[in-house]
Amino acid sequence: MIRLLQFEWKAFLRSASYNTHLFIKIILALAALYLVILFFSLGFGLYFILEEQGMKPFDVVNRVLIYYICIDLVIRYFLQKMPVMNIRPFMIVNLKKNTVINFAITKTLFSFFNLVHIFFLIPFSIVLINKGFNLSGVFSWCICILVLIYINNYLNLLANNQDVFLYGLISVVCIGGLSEYFGLLDISRYTSPIFYNMYTGKGSLIVLFLIIVGLHYVVFRFYKKNFFLDGGLSIRTRSVHAGDYSWLNRFGTTGIFLKNDIKLLSRNKRSRSTLLISVLFTLYGLLFFSDGLEVYENPTLHIFAGIFVSGGFLFTFGQFVPSWDSAYYPLLMSQNIQYRDYLNSKWWLIVIATGISTVISSFYIFFGWDAYVAVLTGAIYNIGINAHLVLMGGAFIKTPIDLSKNKNIFGDKQAFNIKTLLLSLPKLVLPIVLFAIGQNIFNSTTGYLMVAGTGILGFTLKQRVFKQIEKIYQKEKYKTLKAYKAQNNF
Amino acid sequence: MIEVHEIVKKYGENNIVLNIEQLYIPKGQCFGLVGNNGAGKTTLFSLLLDLIQPTTGRIVSNNIQVNLSEEWKPFTSAYIDESFLIGYLTPEEYFYFIGELRGWKQNEVDEFIGGFQDFFNGEILGRKKYIRDLSKGNAKKTGIIAALIGNPQIIILDEPFANLDPTTQFRLKFILRKLLENKETTVLISSHDLQHIVEVSERIVVLDRGCIVKDIQKSEETMQELESFFKDKISLT
Repeated sequence: MIRLLQFEWKAFLRSASYNTHLFIKIILALAALYLVILFFSLGFGLYFILEEQGMKPFDVVNRVLIYYICIDLVIRYFLQKMPVMNIRPFMIVNLKKNTVINFAITKTLFSFFNLVHIFFLIPFSIVLINKGFNLSGVFSWCICILVLIYINNYLNLLANNQDVFLYGLISVVCIGGLSEYFGLLDISRYTSPIFYNMYTGKGSLIVLFLIIVGLHYVVFRFYKKNFFLDGGLSIRTRSVHAGDYSWLNRFGTTGIFLKNDIKLLSRNKRSRSTLLISVLFTLYGLLFFSDGLEVYENPTLHIFAGIFVSGGFLFTFGQFVPSWDSAYYPLLMSQNIQYRDYLNSKWWLIVIATGISTVISSFYIFFGWDAYVAVLTGAIYNIGINAHLVLMGGAFIKTPIDLSKNKNIFGDKQAFNIKTLLLSLPKLVLPIVLFAIGQNIFNSTTGYLMVAGTGILGFTLKQRVFKQIEKIYQKEKYKTLKAYKAQNNF
Repeated sequence: MIEVHEIVKKYGENNIVLNIEQLYIPKGQCFGLVGNNGAGKTTLFSLLLDLIQPTTGRIVSNNIQVNLSEEWKPFTSAYIDESFLIGYLTPEEYFYFIGELRGWKQNEVDEFIGGFQDFFNGEILGRKKYIRDLSKGNAKKTGIIAALIGNPQIIILDEPFANLDPTTQFRLKFILRKLLENKETTVLISSHDLQHIVEVSERIVVLDRGCIVKDIQKSEETMQELESFFKDKISLT
């Protein structure tokens, strides 16, 4: 066991990402610290916030908990790494299977995804006790929730790679949330007594403990049964779904790549999640346009929302443009391909996706034409300026993407370099500044016109900009090949 | 066809991985490259394909200097390793993709790969599998045949015999010989299997720590000469 721990430590110290820029490490540490502080202060503050709103804090928390736990499971599915792939080298060395499996499972228990909840639960429980809640009741409630979090941990281990599970869970959360919002069916009304019972009764604690012990056993058996190369350690083969993309032939050379890109998007797990997230981006504007929160009612921020709503795909896919092809970049570089055609097809892909997002977002018309104008303006700016910027930025992001894996989907660690940060500034700041200038001089219409005008200007300069981008790609070619190679070997 | 002039590839100050003064490969030749691990075989091929930059020197392919112009791409094709395959495509789709890049229509590609049914041994075409799910040997077969699509004048294959089953190795030799019949195609291959490479190539170049130590036209004695060269390396160390 101890030797295995040593290996883990070495794997961490010697991983490619560890030796990257200090800047990234600081950002990551800050992000983790931010989350911890957020959970911690929420743990202390939530009770008082809810009380101030005139609600019964403990009841509200018990009602929301079902969603909290479901969302936790979704987030885990996307981000929490499975321990399985590291097992391979230990299969034939002189170690008991049980030791290796227990180690792999135990490791997940100390994951950040589990520990972060403690920072919320403990202060919240302390506040509860202070407010006169029964000590032993709060204690049992707190332990129960923690056990539930760990049940999630086990469920995630079992559900790994089962897309059906993910979509099922997401739709349950969405349908449940919506029906609750519109007062159709109150799921939480049925679940909150269960959570409340964890406070009053002792029965649920025993039941949950039995469940988690059972789950541990199931997961253990599951791994043990699959502890063979052709079992759970193999990468699942999916049956081919061949579509007919011949209609893309009319796009000429661009069409060849577009066909490929569509297959890339539809047949790889990581790119599929990207698509899902870019759809979620279209909902981001709800925060701004639904007048739910006062902070967001600033019209200058509406253009910010417009950029995000129409540009989900641009930001999630476009940011990493050559990296999507990292696994076979040497092929692309030695085949009969001009950079121009390659970049052009990616550009078209971004344009088409931006168009689709804009059409999907037409539901913002319900919130007034002004909201949709912001989205349209954002779309024009995205196509005219940001599409060029992400393609340019891509030349500097040399993080290879492992298409089959799903981790780090919210942006690879190494993608945080200073050059990309600089390039993403004009993507967001410039349109806001332009809008603010126009709005302050005349009115918001002028602001929109200025942003859209800049977009159209960028669009007309496309040929010239592409020439420059091509040069950058040309110049970065060898460095990019080298960076991708490092990943492909190991 | 291919001229290598004073090529040096260095990593850092002192680590010279390739140092070739002059090398000329005429059109239609089958050029075999042998050498132990780290001798610089893949480095030379990568330089020919402009995948890495030479420290000094230049490589000219058909009067085009490869690191200055991309005009060599239409008549060159290669299979170096798995990074030349696109995992999420089926073999057919991959062949069509390469074909389209080289100006071939689907039916032309179909006709061409139809001629390799033997080589594929029923394990590649029509199996409804993505390339990433193929075995190593079958993936390699796919890559090698794809490198032949579009009548390239220069074909570069890095260790084409490795990972292939014995029958397929014989079939590959047959395919290569047929390809060389018309004296139009220049083929560059490397291998650790002396037997195979001597059988196929007209000329064998031995690389050792980045330098050309032998450049021989194939004859009766070639096999013996190579064997004794590599055997002697044992006694040297």
